[in-house]
Amino acid sequence: MSDTAVKNMSITSDTAASAKVASTNGAPARPRHEQNGKKATRFGFGEGLVTLGERYDNVVVLGGDITGSVMTSYFKDKFPDRFFSMGIMEATATLVAAGLALSGKVPFFATYGAFAACRNTDMLRISCCYNDANVKIGGGHAGISVGEDGATHQALEEIAITRVLPNMTLVVPCDYNETIKATIAVGEHVGPCYLRFGRVDIPSFTKEDTPFVLGKAQTFRDGNDVAVIACGPMVWEALLAAYELEAEGIDVRVINMATIKPLDRDAIISAAKECGAIVSAEEHQITAGLGGAIAEVLAAECPVPMEFIGVKDTFGGSGPPTDLMKYFGLTSSDIVTAIRKVIKRKK
Amino acid sequence: MANFDFHIYPLTTGFHGADRPVPNPDLVEKYGYKNFKPAKNSANHTDDELHAIAQEIRRDIIRELEQAKSGHSGGPLGAADIFAVLYLGGVMNHDPKNPWDPNRDRFILSAGHMAPVLYSTLANAGYFPKEELLTLRKFNSRLQGHPGRDMGLPGIESSTGSLGQGLGIAVGMAISDKLVSKNDHRVYSLTGDGEIQEGEIWEAAMSAAHWKLDNFCMIVDRNHCQIDGRTEDIMGIEPVADKFTAFGFHVIEINGNSIPELRKAFAEAKTVKGKPTCIIAQTFMGRGVSFMEDDYRWHGKPPTTEQAEKALIELV
Repeated sequence: MSDTAVKNMSITSDTAASAKVASTNGAPARPRHEQNGKKATRFGFGEGLVTLGERYDNVVVLGGDITGSVMTSYFKDKFPDRFFSMGIMEATATLVAAGLALSGKVPFFATYGAFAACRNTDMLRISCCYNDANVKIGGGHAGISVGEDGATHQALEEIAITRVLPNMTLVVPCDYNETIKATIAVGEHVGPCYLRFGRVDIPSFTKEDTPFVLGKAQTFRDGNDVAVIACGPMVWEALLAAYELEAEGIDVRVINMATIKPLDRDAIISAAKECGAIVSAEEHQITAGLGGAIAEVLAAECPVPMEFIGVKDTFGGSGPPTDLMKYFGLTSSDIVTAIRKVIKRKK
Repeated sequence: MANFDFHIYPLTTGFHGADRPVPNPDLVEKYGYKNFKPAKNSANHTDDELHAIAQEIRRDIIRELEQAKSGHSGGPLGAADIFAVLYLGGVMNHDPKNPWDPNRDRFILSAGHMAPVLYSTLANAGYFPKEELLTLRKFNSRLQGHPGRDMGLPGIESSTGSLGQGLGIAVGMAISDKLVSKNDHRVYSLTGDGEIQEGEIWEAAMSAAHWKLDNFCMIVDRNHCQIDGRTEDIMGIEPVADKFTAFGFHVIEINGNSIPELRKAFAEAKTVKGKPTCIIAQTFMGRGVSFMEDDYRWHGKPPTTEQAEKALIELV
């Protein structure tokens, strides 16, 4: 990807997450988010819904009792006539969403991913996807970073579950601003969609004008020694890893694979061809997740050494989110280790 | 404010493309489909006329299943009277010539395995040529083993077949009509009685009452049979009426094989305000065919050619 393209796609230089922008003394620029601070992606979902509600009067939202947690409460407060409380019945809320969609509405149903995808698989399969119903599912509290609630509420399987369903679109945005854009994009896309977002505050490093296109990967940092393809909060960790390795002269490409289905195969293939090694990073089970999706493409099109960052076939547990991310190997230093390993395998 | 109404119309481009299976002309001749005239949907039909329509639906079920060599015989035969009254007795507002009319009432077959009775009813109402019934369960057919919306068959509002799901979809449609679009369209859904063992049925029932969906009418096809045996032996569901009453429904219990009782029940449902209606239709599985009647072993199998011939004679 050309430098111009990188600049056009990504974050502007003052937030600098994208950019291999050398500072005046020649040292690499550290990725920064200070300007925007930290914010959980669930707030982006809530705000995106309000924007959709303002734009389209057939957008409706179904509540699953935890509206203040997955931020559908914003929509509820603003458009009470188009908000329907469904109580604690995720399966039927999903079916009701399918019925609303088949009647020409654009229904969003949001709950924790543990229920939205895991409990709901059959509803998603038949009533949403086989019906090709225009249903939008928001899966909150994704991943280990849910923290103290523990394993039952730390959804680590949704990417695997939803990406296997025909007709489904699956988006895992990387920060608050991107989640707003992703929410609007899935609302305007026709067909069943699953949007995965998290509970805790994470760095907001993209800007309001950073482009977002459904189905297209974004290169947030160019490089040709290795490509880290990440989604969700792991994109920021990948940028930190790239910054750390730049000092050693390792040139890391960081790709934000926000749309996991349909997968941007071209971005994966060109990354494999140009970098010769891939690391995937996701806050999800390694099995059948983003890493699995990338490996499927590589095996068929351009096999190169690959390492996987993710949860390794285990359940989560209670604890402070940052400690858990360290314990489960989901930090920038884990990505650094994986990059060193995969580069050795290149030779 | 901008609005965008997606997916009011089912997809018309499934994998079926242009090549649909063509029914064998000899069979079309044999089954007398050539000079078929669709029945009218009219509240003015006499009970006898509706009975005759129900019998024709039953004959088509037998013909379809004999050709398909697989599928469910018992439930569809038992529910033919319900479908005759619903679609052709002036209960539902629908137009076979304009199947996706935005003002239509909707019907969701939650018990998706009962597809043969829905297909036969739609064909008898003139939604599609009756010859097409003979393609049931064949490759590329719009008449999938369980209703598939992707095939674009007129009158199929939703894919169903995973039991318990259709009722929730119907509730969503009723919410859409009554509470979002605020129109007076009605939504009907039929569940099997074994199907109400599924937990989603009770979630959907709870929601329909919570939202006071008086535009919603569900029918429980109470034939006391499921694939493994009698419902009360497999997983007891009684007292069905008390359960739906407790869930906040207006419950009407009738003989579901009686045309006059069905007409009366559907008329009563239309007058109910502030709550959904549940019609518990006591039916006999395999109704009209002596060797199938009330025998759960006919839940999931088709008649052989000899059995079909015998059944067609009985169903005159």
